[in-house]
Amino acid sequence: MLSYAVRRLLEAIPTLLVIVALSFFLMHAAPGGPFDSERVLPPEIEANLKAAYNLDKPVWQQFVIYLGNALQGNFGPSFTYKDFGVSELIGTGFPVSMRLGLTAILLAVLVGCTLGILAAMRQNTRTDYSIMGFAMIGITIPNFVMAPLLTLIFGIYLGLLPVAGLGDGGMRNLVLPVVALALPQIAIISRLTRGGMVEVLRSNFVRTAHAKGLPERLIIWRHTLRAALLPVVSYLGPAIAGLVTGSVVIEQIFGLPGIGRYFVQGAINRDYTLVMGTVITYGTLIVLMNLLVDLVYGLLDPRVRYD
Amino acid sequence: MTAVLEVRDLQVRFSTPDGEVSAVNGVSFDVNESECVGIVGESGSGKSQLFMAVMGLLAKNGRALGSAKYRGTELVGMPVRDLNKIRGNKLAMIFQDSMTSLTPHLRIGRQMTEVLIEHQGMSEADARIRALDMLNLVRIPEAARRLTQYPHELSGGMRQRIMIAMALLCEPDMLIADEPTTALDVTVQAQILDLMADLKRATKAAIVLITHDLGTVAGLCDKVQVMYGGRFMETGDVRQIFYNPQHPYTRGLLSSMPRLTEDRQETLYAIPGQPPNLQRLPAGCPFQERCTFVHQRCIDELPLLQQAGPGQFKACHLASLDVPVDDPNRAAIPAGELPPVIPHTATGDARTA
Repeated sequence: MLSYAVRRLLEAIPTLLVIVALSFFLMHAAPGGPFDSERVLPPEIEANLKAAYNLDKPVWQQFVIYLGNALQGNFGPSFTYKDFGVSELIGTGFPVSMRLGLTAILLAVLVGCTLGILAAMRQNTRTDYSIMGFAMIGITIPNFVMAPLLTLIFGIYLGLLPVAGLGDGGMRNLVLPVVALALPQIAIISRLTRGGMVEVLRSNFVRTAHAKGLPERLIIWRHTLRAALLPVVSYLGPAIAGLVTGSVVIEQIFGLPGIGRYFVQGAINRDYTLVMGTVITYGTLIVLMNLLVDLVYGLLDPRVRYD
Repeated sequence: MTAVLEVRDLQVRFSTPDGEVSAVNGVSFDVNESECVGIVGESGSGKSQLFMAVMGLLAKNGRALGSAKYRGTELVGMPVRDLNKIRGNKLAMIFQDSMTSLTPHLRIGRQMTEVLIEHQGMSEADARIRALDMLNLVRIPEAARRLTQYPHELSGGMRQRIMIAMALLCEPDMLIADEPTTALDVTVQAQILDLMADLKRATKAAIVLITHDLGTVAGLCDKVQVMYGGRFMETGDVRQIFYNPQHPYTRGLLSSMPRLTEDRQETLYAIPGQPPNLQRLPAGCPFQERCTFVHQRCIDELPLLQQAGPGQFKACHLASLDVPVDDPNRAAIPAGELPPVIPHTATGDARTA
């Protein structure tokens, strides 16, 4: 298993290289540049700026220079956040996003799986229909509606929780953003869990377990759940990568200094280095999470072989 | 002889989007201690569902009506909590496909010991010893190692042996084997059947063998019950059924068995037509559409099980099968010469309708 993990990590290097190259050239192929603001700069100044950032060189040369720097851990200065390096921006924002995202995903897994199991066990009853109805609502209501709604109810009307900001960094300030972030995930995970459970509950080995006279509790926990959670696990890999890299909408609404906004702002401002930084962060996380998913698969299903 | 299982007028129905399907239409029989009963029929004859109903294993859309008693205790409609004290303990069942019928993510040891821990309150250690004994009984090589393996690491024959060992852990009164050899290679089939024959002698358990393979039944069973369209067509002593079949369906089944002595150029006999649609069973005999002896009475009136010989019963209006098929008078043959319909006995029951 260890050699498998190492091999997968080595395989990740060309994958990341391709991602980096693709986004670099696509980014540069897009019209406009970081210094095309509304105010037209004198040509000399623009030329100087471009020279300072190597933008006057052919794109492939820029790529080689960028790659060389990046391999040494230097992701360059941000084009728009003056005086800030990309590593610095991501380094300060990422812990905030990660804390938010991990808490949300933990909550989503706990609540989502519980609801999914309940719905599957009471399949086609009122419990099932209400849980699945709730899940459908959770998926369809966009977070830019849900977040202000939560703020309004729990922050303003009830005055229970702070509406924005990190405050003293305590959990209190994270409750609303975490819930807003987790709700759609709860919905998706509960649906996946229910689907997996319903399928496994119909399988021959669950029938055998019933024929053996085992109590329902044992059949669910020991014989059903592990097989039923496989689809949830495969969903969680990319979902975790997505959540810990922050949500633009949630971080904006709750005024949290995460890295979610960099994905959007970087692209809009043609902040080449910042975009590359976010892409590399996200890409690495995706690769790592998918590896983790594959390893967890092996724990859940002994038939999975690593060779 | 004491009956382990008494089934009376058992019916199994499934509600489907297209209407109600009657898989089992009122069957009655007993299974006595240490007896081996073969239930024979084609796919869709209701033979499996009959015992799924007994074990409380029907799909969610299925329901059982009538009565099935284990040593006097009614199983139909029994709360699951109480049923769980009987199934796996007193009544055990094994299934056709041993690959999918064992939990893939649990070691064999766990799957076996949990039965003993649950039913007999054994400790994990004691249960392991007992499981090991059982694996040796079903002649599994390297039994101790098997306990730590997962189902996919074993061969099909080995898995089926484990299913059997698992079913016998609590020394059940009755073992229901639902096509235990169907998914196996022919040589492995023979080994499993040998094993079952040995177990039949070694244990006191009654065995119910559900199969479509008459050869399997011949080697193992004392009694045979031939099922078709959710009813018993013919029941009786295994020799009687094989050497002197009285029902046209049984005779058809026997003729469609390949024999080594037969001329290989000859096409194997097959009963013409398809099994009846269980959603719209005909009013009369369920076999009428495929029967070469069919006459008006078969269409009008459902034949009940009646004595056809010593210990042999058939659900057929015909007095005898020894009538040429092209006899113009065959439709007029009265069935009145048969002995009168008799009440329930060990092998069959007249109250099938």
